[in-house]
Amino acid sequence: MDPSFLAVQALSGLSSASSLFITACGLTIVFGVTRIVNFAHGSLYMIGAYTAATLVPRLLEFSFGPTSFWAGILLSALIVGIIGVIIEVLLLRRIYGAPELFQLLATFGVVLVVQDLVIQIFGPEDILGPRAPGLRAPVEILGRRFPSYELVLIAAGPVVLGLVWLLLRRTRFGVLVRAATQDRDMVASLGVNQAMLFTGTLFLGAFLAGLGGALQIPRVSAHAGMDLSIIAEAFVVTVVGGMGSVPGAFLAALVIGQLQAFGILIFPKSTLVVVFLLMAVVLAIRPYGFFGRAEIVGGTHAIGIASHKPLPGRTYILLVVIAALAAFPLVADAYLLKVATEILIFALFAFSLQLLIGVGGLVSFGHAAFFGLGAYGAALAVKWYGASMETALPLGLALAALGAMLIGAFVVRLSGIYLAMMTLAAAQILYAVAFQWVDVTGGDNGIVGVWPSQWASGPVPYYALTAALTLVTVLLLRRIIDAPFGYALRAARDSEARAEAIGLRIRRHRWLAFMISGAAAGLAGGLYAFSRGSVDPSLLGISTSVDALTMLLLGGIQTVTGPLIGAGVLHFLRDQIMPLTSYWRLVLGLSIIAMVLLFPRGLVGTIRHWQEQRA
Amino acid sequence: MATTSTIRWLALGVALALGSPAVQAQPAPIKIGELNSYARQAAFTVPYRDGWQLALDEINAKGGVLGRKLEIISREDGATTGDATRVADELVSREGVSLLFGSFLSNVGVAMADFANQKKIVYIAAEPLTDAITMGQGNRYTFRIRPNNTMQVGMLVDQAKASGAKRWAIVAPNYEYGQSAAAAFKRLIQERIPGAEIVAEQYPALGKIEAGPTVSALEQAKPDGIFNVLFGPDLTQFVREGNTRGLFEKATVLSLLTGEPEWLLPLKDEVPEGWTVTGYPWDQITEPKHKAFVDAYRAKYNDTPRLGSLLGYMVVYMIRDTIERAGSTDTEALIKALEDAKFDTVVGPVTMRGIDNQSSMGAWVGKLALKGAAGGMTDWAYKDGTSFMPTEGEVKAVRKD
Repeated sequence: MDPSFLAVQALSGLSSASSLFITACGLTIVFGVTRIVNFAHGSLYMIGAYTAATLVPRLLEFSFGPTSFWAGILLSALIVGIIGVIIEVLLLRRIYGAPELFQLLATFGVVLVVQDLVIQIFGPEDILGPRAPGLRAPVEILGRRFPSYELVLIAAGPVVLGLVWLLLRRTRFGVLVRAATQDRDMVASLGVNQAMLFTGTLFLGAFLAGLGGALQIPRVSAHAGMDLSIIAEAFVVTVVGGMGSVPGAFLAALVIGQLQAFGILIFPKSTLVVVFLLMAVVLAIRPYGFFGRAEIVGGTHAIGIASHKPLPGRTYILLVVIAALAAFPLVADAYLLKVATEILIFALFAFSLQLLIGVGGLVSFGHAAFFGLGAYGAALAVKWYGASMETALPLGLALAALGAMLIGAFVVRLSGIYLAMMTLAAAQILYAVAFQWVDVTGGDNGIVGVWPSQWASGPVPYYALTAALTLVTVLLLRRIIDAPFGYALRAARDSEARAEAIGLRIRRHRWLAFMISGAAAGLAGGLYAFSRGSVDPSLLGISTSVDALTMLLLGGIQTVTGPLIGAGVLHFLRDQIMPLTSYWRLVLGLSIIAMVLLFPRGLVGTIRHWQEQRA
Repeated sequence: MATTSTIRWLALGVALALGSPAVQAQPAPIKIGELNSYARQAAFTVPYRDGWQLALDEINAKGGVLGRKLEIISREDGATTGDATRVADELVSREGVSLLFGSFLSNVGVAMADFANQKKIVYIAAEPLTDAITMGQGNRYTFRIRPNNTMQVGMLVDQAKASGAKRWAIVAPNYEYGQSAAAAFKRLIQERIPGAEIVAEQYPALGKIEAGPTVSALEQAKPDGIFNVLFGPDLTQFVREGNTRGLFEKATVLSLLTGEPEWLLPLKDEVPEGWTVTGYPWDQITEPKHKAFVDAYRAKYNDTPRLGSLLGYMVVYMIRDTIERAGSTDTEALIKALEDAKFDTVVGPVTMRGIDNQSSMGAWVGKLALKGAAGGMTDWAYKDGTSFMPTEGEVKAVRKD
């Protein structure tokens, strides 16, 4: 290949690496100090881009030329920094001690809120920012034209790295940040003003996110989807580099930038998958990334179902539930039955996650992977082999179990936030495969025409089928949770060291838990595919994973029935409220935040807590 | 005190309860379901909503249709196939709508066509452009208004003959619409321009283009013609990067939809001059009917119309005509009233061809030019769709019904 072309491609890669580093650097610093994986970092980046794209053209009218352009960029970053401070004071400050799952969800709530607010404030249209004055003309590199602004970006990455390095090495604030990254509790015991330190860190992180976004405006138009696309990449950079490590983030960004620039030549249709594949490979070889270090995990972060005395008369309760489910078609119309079918499917999905999180203490942030595998497995069987529903459902389940076996083999070696990130990476890889392997999966089009067999079509039979399968699976899982296997998982969750000491093979138990949970989620996915008649990549997306987590959290993570109730309440509310308002994401985001702050026990957990207090 | 206020509230409640039947004395409205990607594709769909709202208000002010008012129940389709069919199901089984129209993305349109076939309800795909909706995946319940990919690409390829370009590069979003347009282009260019070859193809994911590497990969192939299918944020990034690197200077560029104000306005003064595009030069169309539409739209919304506005406005009027001719909202009667029906629309007469349910609405083809601070079209002409439609033989070969 032409050397000048390779050079230009490498330069393109360097400039995307720089932009990515500036954003990811903020994320990694915030994580280092606060231990919070901030999903809202991408939203801050998006706000930075929108603010700059609106602000800079106004400033350029004053005709100070380049000065006003760069002043506008810095000003936008400062504004985003202040927004970061507001988020810290109002939300993050209250959840530093909370389990990781709650932190992840709360920041995801912020993402949802910001998505709706940005459209409200800046309007629905994409905003293309102005070009940088003086940098409009391209430069010639080996006979090819190259945008001069990209050269500035290439320089910006190392400059930011240098400044951050100076800040961390030469100032008292930097010393404290490094100290807190090493041992947060020790810093607190030494009498450092933690509130100031954390607020300052959030300001720095948000400032960098805003700067990263603002610097993009001459090359990318500000649009409403930038938050999730950048946060996925920023996660990869921080995880690959080692969470909390700034030089690690720089190195990872360089690798990823080049991978994207040259990946487009080799696999023009699979640009999304290479990035997550890199993350999976790195984590498989080095479980803490390039420069990360092992997290100190203890029982403190473990949350999950606790042992309770079995309710008196649970057999009767079960019988009443079965009777109610069976009698429902007599009173409900076709549409209500549809909603009920979906609630049952989601209940099964959320319940399968409970086995991992509540029982095993394995915070999976990519449970959609198994749901989606089940759905795709069933749909592919229908599309390619003309399978009937009776064959396709077990095939979907088997594919999900197989996927869980593969993913689980890598995941059980990790712990804490790296584990959550690895599951997220696995789900994103599958998402990318479903999205870009167009010949097999249909890509964005998905697969249509996945309708149930004749005897099960129509609302009543399909409802009955779903209810029966869900009930059986839930009872089976319930039995597993109460079996010695379930207790072994709980032991490993509460104290890994002690569980190992009494001879439990933790990894094998967890691996098995992954497979069981994946198979159950796969069954839910298959049922879902046939209820809708189609599958599409969004079934594997982040929002599907978040749905399952929200249901779990809403119902209450400490109880067995929590996820079932949570699924019912969330889906029913969504069905009722969504047609009424265009602010569904805002409502959902605020509800998630409120739940994390006010009802960390969830609905069922809170009720039980009251009962116990009264007793 | 408390009792008095309770009695007052009760009285109010009774008054309301008794009052409402009086309002409902006139016949119940005809319910029509509408779904679209109002959140993710707002640039097109919001003006589109304004367009159908305008038509709806006009129709209802004149007494509606069949003596009943029209009511449009609109929903967000989430821009994914699953969400769209789910919402459509809700519109049909809970709201009891008589027919469905809408959707923007082609993949959603294909899923909706499948849904319509399964549930046996009329679906009018206003915008989705993929050939599949009226060809391979077509069915008797699904109708399309806009000229499909084969028709629009055919109009562009006719323009390309004169340029003499032989080495073509394709850049298209990697989903149903982009794939269908690229396939149509490959087929038509080989049929109509002897010796033409495709030297490079780039398919970035929708909304996720890496503009720099994409442009340099195209540049590397040294094409003398470029066929572009990108739109929205992908397009703005591609154009800016391509302008900087001089990608378009030595090449003839054919581009679908770029002349439509929704995609042209965000480009501001960086409009790539000289591109041959399909679009909508609304300010230069002089037909009185169209002028009346533009005036009414501007008066109501204080904004200039986009192509989406025109489409939304047209579709609702076509639906009114259909219901009026069918005399009822029965699905079979609606299908009968639609097939081979002639409509008198703002853009002129339009026929809904019966064999594939594709309307003969055309498109405006011209060249992009910078006019003041924004782009517009010059040398344009309205091409009626009839002569660009797939032939009956082509339709019969792929349709399964």
